Amino acid sequence: MAKYKTEPLRLWNKAKELRLKFYENYAKAHEKGGLRWAGGAWTLDAIPRGLGDDVWSITSEPYAASIAFNKKFSLRCLEATERAGYARDLCSYMRNYWGSIILDEYAFPEFSKKWPKPDFIFQDHICCSHSKWYQVVCDLEPGVPMFSVDVGCAPAMKADGETFKYVPMPQHAIDYVVGQCLDGIDFLVKVTGREYNDELLRKAIYNHMRSTALWAKVCELQKTIPAPLEEKTLYSLYVLGVLAKASQWCADFYEELLADVEDRVDRGIAAIAEERARLISDTQPPWGFLKVFRYLEEFGCISIGSLYTFGLVGQWELKEDGTWGAKTFPASVDDLPKDREGMLAEYIKFEINKPEWQHFYHPALKSAMMIKIARDWKLDGVMLHYNRGCEGLTIGIAENRLALQKAGFPVMTFEGNMGDEREFDEARTMARIDAFMETLSLNKIEV
Amino acid sequence: MTEDYRMVKEGKGAEYWRWTESRWTNPDLDWKQGEVVSAGVDVGSVSTQAVVMVDGKLYAYSNMRTGSDSPESANKAIEWAFEGTGLTLDNLKATVGTGYGRVNVPFATKAITEIACHARGANFMYGPTVRTVLDMGGQDCKAIHCDEKGKVKAFLMNDKCAAGTGRGMEVFADLLGVHINDVGEMSLSVEEEPPPVSSTCVVFAKSEASGLLREGWDKEKVLAAYCSAMAHRIVDLLERIGVEKEFAITGGIAKNPGVVKRLAKELNIEPLPTDMDTQIAGAMGGALFARALYLKKMKKK
Repeated sequence: MAKYKTEPLRLWNKAKELRLKFYENYAKAHEKGGLRWAGGAWTLDAIPRGLGDDVWSITSEPYAASIAFNKKFSLRCLEATERAGYARDLCSYMRNYWGSIILDEYAFPEFSKKWPKPDFIFQDHICCSHSKWYQVVCDLEPGVPMFSVDVGCAPAMKADGETFKYVPMPQHAIDYVVGQCLDGIDFLVKVTGREYNDELLRKAIYNHMRSTALWAKVCELQKTIPAPLEEKTLYSLYVLGVLAKASQWCADFYEELLADVEDRVDRGIAAIAEERARLISDTQPPWGFLKVFRYLEEFGCISIGSLYTFGLVGQWELKEDGTWGAKTFPASVDDLPKDREGMLAEYIKFEINKPEWQHFYHPALKSAMMIKIARDWKLDGVMLHYNRGCEGLTIGIAENRLALQKAGFPVMTFEGNMGDEREFDEARTMARIDAFMETLSLNKIEV
Repeated sequence: MTEDYRMVKEGKGAEYWRWTESRWTNPDLDWKQGEVVSAGVDVGSVSTQAVVMVDGKLYAYSNMRTGSDSPESANKAIEWAFEGTGLTLDNLKATVGTGYGRVNVPFATKAITEIACHARGANFMYGPTVRTVLDMGGQDCKAIHCDEKGKVKAFLMNDKCAAGTGRGMEVFADLLGVHINDVGEMSLSVEEEPPPVSSTCVVFAKSEASGLLREGWDKEKVLAAYCSAMAHRIVDLLERIGVEKEFAITGGIAKNPGVVKRLAKELNIEPLPTDMDTQIAGAMGGALFARALYLKKMKKK
């Protein structure tokens, strides 16, 4: 008899539909007189929303991850970039994305056979590849205007060994980013010829706050034993926040999701029926091989998330009782300032301390956050992906391994690449998992 | 002297990489007098070993090259270990399959990873003081921390690369026309240690070595450069996990003094000595696990 009761996630199909609708809206924006824009998953995406409700983004990293999931198309994209002279050791998301442009093919041919060229680019810079990504896109797609915001202004945390605390963002750092956002709005108005609606911006900022805090609440529920969700499912849910966290539909979906997951927790519904050990992973997974997470389940082992899934979308704060929980956000959109500069300042203050931005400043910040998760989410170990496809998120990961081990958590590492399957060795990764499971005294569950 | 080795020595064109296969039976034990006969079969990428233990004591083993068919390699290895003993598969109470072909051992009771088996085997081979085991295998290299019972506490494997592995050394033996059994000693005969080859990829290292030969380096010097590079690469892996004493080496490369001596010098730690064949550690650990599995099963009954 199974240890825990399981059942499919009620909102699973809705999440899939929303994701596909996102790519359809982008592809077909021009048919309805709308606009298309390109930018990364870390972009301050509330800002272009002030141009109207018919402005759709492509959000480059998850688009590239979708390509990576389609191994055949991904290989064609990667080889196309190599033929065009770009080096193989660059960010694999970036190369998949460039490949889609070079081949002039969209990863969702049901919506468009050809690559839907954006009308403008609105990007931010936290990692080096983000900076170069669209410089090359501008070479590949001459005439597409680009604006970039430098968000690398100051860390929002200080780490002291296994603990961390938030530090107030210096005013000059906020002013630095807000100033660029104001310039960015001027740029958007100029290149699109549209009027800018501050009320739409205000609403988008509020939705951004709702989405990111609600997602953190969902991740908080993963502390429950048995965990209500497992990581493969989390990827399918967090992606909506990555795609469009400032949208009304995303915030509404996360509200519905939170209620659904709370219900699972109340009823003791588990993600896997035989949860015996709990892990987290880190950084982007090898998207073409998500089966590694299913393989863990054969041992009764569940990956309950990662700093990546928790912290790329989720917004967190340290509570008075020492727990790390969802960030408090205004009760209503009316609580946000009405003036453009004021609302942007609130937006930046809210967004700039996102967990996933912190380890660009120092790996010790990431180690402290991971140890916090390992303790509070009651983990038995950690599985780290030495991801050759992303310098930004992999930098410092070997130091994270040492810190986690020092804190008493067993760590397994495996090599791979989030977006280039040629650098992932499935058999050897499974062999490593076998050995890691043995060190955790886990045998395969006999069916 | 085996036929392969003799042919190399006599210049008759055998393949230089073909290391010496072997088998052994303990003349002081009679398996018929024992209670639990268990076996471990380690089907590695380069070699396959079968170890038979009687009541937890080493009784017989075989050590041979792996063929293209893992089940067949396992069958051949156990048959060779049985040779002259009167043992058959029916006499085995339990068998553990290990190595990359562990799930393809047709007569295995259970499959256990080679990491767990090497740690357990090293514990038997070198004693309970062993805390760090370096398994230098044919296709990969593992640094393992274990406790006094040989249970794995942590491990690290080499990167996706054949440098620092047995297969890499075989490629070099063939390139230079030096029998694999002689590579280590020959590499130590240089008067002055050359800089290590820089490439970590064995294919590129081979090209680099060809270049060095064209420059006029002698074979000894090229082998020294390769053994040194391999030792350094393994030290790097060990230092990432940390070397806790006592330190022991298992696997085929443990038989290569050119790598082991350089590795010990760079680490400043002498590995524990053993008279046993270091290649059988994994199969030995498997046989010990098999015995434990059988006893546990009997206890439940």
